[in-house]
Amino acid sequence: MNWMTLPHSLSPGIVPLFAIVLTLGAYLLGVELQKRLRNPLANPVLIAILVIGVTLRLLHLSYQDYFTGAQFIHFLLGPATVALAIPMVRALEHMRRGFWPMMSSLLAGSLIGLISGYGIVRLFGGSQVVALSMAPKSLTTPIAIAVSASIGGIPSLSAVLAILGGILVAISIDPVLHWLKINEPSARGLAAGTAGSGIGASRVIPQHTLSAAFAGVAIGANGILTAVLAPILVPLLKHW
Amino acid sequence: MSMIKPIFILLLFQLAGEALRAIAHTAVPGPVIGMILLAAFYMLRRREPSPALQQAADGLLSWLGLLFVPAGVGIVANLALLRSAWLPISVALIGSTFITLVTTAWIMHRFGQRASIQQEGL
Repeated sequence: MNWMTLPHSLSPGIVPLFAIVLTLGAYLLGVELQKRLRNPLANPVLIAILVIGVTLRLLHLSYQDYFTGAQFIHFLLGPATVALAIPMVRALEHMRRGFWPMMSSLLAGSLIGLISGYGIVRLFGGSQVVALSMAPKSLTTPIAIAVSASIGGIPSLSAVLAILGGILVAISIDPVLHWLKINEPSARGLAAGTAGSGIGASRVIPQHTLSAAFAGVAIGANGILTAVLAPILVPLLKHW
Repeated sequence: MSMIKPIFILLLFQLAGEALRAIAHTAVPGPVIGMILLAAFYMLRRREPSPALQQAADGLLSWLGLLFVPAGVGIVANLALLRSAWLPISVALIGSTFITLVTTAWIMHRFGQRASIQQEGL
């Protein structure tokens, strides 16, 4: 018996359980490292993905094997997204007061995310298909996949870029906004949700209940705005 | 019991969102529609969500990062796609994400500040 195929050979039924324990353990390790290192690069999502990626390769487990167990954690993304409504309801008064700044910020963020994503890929010699896959990268993964398919991108590439973009926001939001001296929870939440959707939001949600509320609005609004705007804007961008 | 009702409410609104999505043939995912429905529900009733629901929501959201890990591991399965055009992809991903982050935060900071000062005393 080869130790490399250990989970499989012990019992096929053990693989899903192994995947769940591995995911929780890798994430807890990430949280612990984040606490100790106090470095923005020590992001729990990034650490967990790297640890799990290496472990799967060492044990010769495929992503499909891993997902037989990990799907149970993945499933909770649905109710967690619905749960973003709760901080929103708590922040209702605050949102009414800052309604127009919030809408301008969201609209600008959606447009700039879409246009700059497409434009920079083209500027650096990327193909049109890659540029179209980049355009929806700020959106929450399921919307990014749907928008990518509708404008002619590669949906799986858009999904990967959406996750990487989210990790990038989770890593950079604290140093960047600290540098710009932007501390309000409303601006932080909007920026995290618009630029980095759920993973970006996961960084600011524990910091302030208002950040959570504005991040939730931003995830939904950016997704809906871009889903509407992309089919109109993309034909214009293609001429360029 | 106290955990079952909040879970039921969240899944019920997710289900309603999925159903609406199927009927309307929209790109907006069911959970996002469910989030809008749940927020609209409490805003129209002008009532605070129950403490149990607030607790469950806060609990789930404090682990939001974990819930993205299974999808994130999929990157490892797609590395070849990224390698095929790594330069435009990495410049655009970093550049565009940075511009979007800064623009969104700056507009809210510049024009929404008065509201924040009143509310937060910042």
